[in-house]
Amino acid sequence: MNRKEPTSRVILKFVIAVIIAIYVLFPFALVVINSCKQTADITSNPIGLNGMSIGQLMKNMNDVVNNPNFLFWHAFGFSVLITVLSLVLLALFGAMTAWVICRNKTKWATLIYFTFIASMIIPFQVVMLPLISTFRDVGKFVGIPMLQSVPGIVFAYLGFGGAMTVFILTGFIKGIPYDLEEAASIDGCRPEQVFFKVIFPLLTPVITTVTILNGMWIWNDYLLPSMMLGQNGVVKTLPVAVQAFVGSYVKQWNLILTAALLAIIPMIVLFLFAQKQIMNGMIEGAVKG
Amino acid sequence: MKEDSGSKKLPALICLVGGAILLIWALALDFSGSKVGYRGALLVIGLIGIIMGLYIFPTLKYHRTLVYVVFLFPLLFAFVVTVIIPLFLGLFYSFTNWNGIRYTEFVGVANYARMFRQPSFIWSILITALFVVFNMILVNLVAFLLALLCTSKLKGMGFFRASYFLPNLIGGIVLGYIWQFVFSNVATKIFSGMKYSMLSSTGTAFMAIIIVYVWQYAGYIMLIYITGLNTVPAEVLEASNIDGANAIQTLFQIKIPMIAPTITICTFLTLTSAFKQFDVNLSLTNGTGSVADFLGQYLTNGTQMLALNIYNTAVVENEYAFGQAKAFLFFIILACVSILQVRISNKKEVEL
Repeated sequence: MNRKEPTSRVILKFVIAVIIAIYVLFPFALVVINSCKQTADITSNPIGLNGMSIGQLMKNMNDVVNNPNFLFWHAFGFSVLITVLSLVLLALFGAMTAWVICRNKTKWATLIYFTFIASMIIPFQVVMLPLISTFRDVGKFVGIPMLQSVPGIVFAYLGFGGAMTVFILTGFIKGIPYDLEEAASIDGCRPEQVFFKVIFPLLTPVITTVTILNGMWIWNDYLLPSMMLGQNGVVKTLPVAVQAFVGSYVKQWNLILTAALLAIIPMIVLFLFAQKQIMNGMIEGAVKG
Repeated sequence: MKEDSGSKKLPALICLVGGAILLIWALALDFSGSKVGYRGALLVIGLIGIIMGLYIFPTLKYHRTLVYVVFLFPLLFAFVVTVIIPLFLGLFYSFTNWNGIRYTEFVGVANYARMFRQPSFIWSILITALFVVFNMILVNLVAFLLALLCTSKLKGMGFFRASYFLPNLIGGIVLGYIWQFVFSNVATKIFSGMKYSMLSSTGTAFMAIIIVYVWQYAGYIMLIYITGLNTVPAEVLEASNIDGANAIQTLFQIKIPMIAPTITICTFLTLTSAFKQFDVNLSLTNGTGSVADFLGQYLTNGTQMLALNIYNTAVVENEYAFGQAKAFLFFIILACVSILQVRISNKKEVEL
């Protein structure tokens, strides 16, 4: 492929790439521009820069952050808590399950594995209605509220994220030579020590992948939290808060767009820091899943 | 392990007995109908105590089996409670008059029969199918072209890739509202020919959902195509270059056949995700849009896809059993279509 491309074609390609980038990023730019304006300036000219001021942005932010339907810090805090807890537990329990499935060559292990794989095709809509009543009953039975609570929703994410997590991790663990574990058990390691001291450290790359995939899903998920937490509960995640907020403000675009801006910023900041990892994680997850 | 067996026996026994006591206490409270707040904590601590006790019990013969069971338990338990039990309960409820809390009678297939007599539901099935077809073609086409662009040697390619991927980071709810603003306030100002918002009539609102969806999803699929294209060996491309193949011939006769597995993955991903589309649908149009006459009825749910239809039937209209029956049909269609699609793709891959 050493044939040099003519300069004109390189320029043409570059121009196309720039145009597409502008198209893709345009809505984001609009969000930033218009969250610095008043409603009147937005309706008269949504693209122009007139009427923009930092003061207005601060005012909009202040209105949105303290709005009783939105409560940004509240929702943000719960979103972080729910996402982090779910991710840590999914990685740990997922790795444990995947390791047992790989190392235990019984009918049961195979059955569990195939049940997990088969369940990946089940759409959330099929289980969401009975899920609520099941969780209500389970919560009543064990004495821990499962609806409108953090433990409940983390538990639900464990159940729904488990299949994909186990599937990807199993594929990776199968590739780890068994000799390694045998050597460790000859040296006097108990099975659980073998797992935590030998296997788990080796899983770092694949756990990164799994965590990114699950994280993108859990952070942005709307339907599950809206069903389990309700629109007006104490516990709510960012997407639920955005939906509740916009529902209450019919056409106050400056506030709606400021809310959107606040909801977008955490993800964009994360992306700036871990761009490579996120993109690679998404690719690997798709190729393996 | 032998030397510490004596020192471990006592704590193990304490854990076991203590755990059992707590567990029984919690269950006793449960069945006696008491509603004290610490019941759940007792249950959990008791369970952990029993597991800990069994786990450090030194002389236990089946230590390995026990470790396996303990390792499997948390995820499997969550999986059974959140997926398996609701799945079968849901199947059962779809044959009753369940209202979300209880049911009073068994109605057989009445729910299933009823949904095929509901024009708005049939309309939802049709536009979902249309949406899936449009999306599979458009997302894959756009993503593939973007991938070709992004694999050619260009300055600043990393930036372009990242920015094309960016929309995929944001949840559908937020994106839907941003685009609602673009369609109803911005597009009408930029394009002078556009007098009304695209969201105000059913046909154009449907197109708007497709635009947003392609915008959001193409960047992700592009990344997968880039990975696929990068696996095409450089020697093969060089050989075709020497043989005098032009760019288009190389594309159709070498690149596309060689990335057939990637195409399978991408069509599968776009198919299932378009089929389950909910967030953008909810926040962009909320399923509104009028249809003058469909099967002899005036419809107001012109852009309501299946997932949203199910949600509205159950949660908004409070017809849980009916919604559940619809959800099962949804599941069956999705399963059939994805199995069929994988079969067809596998056959094609073999032929190539």
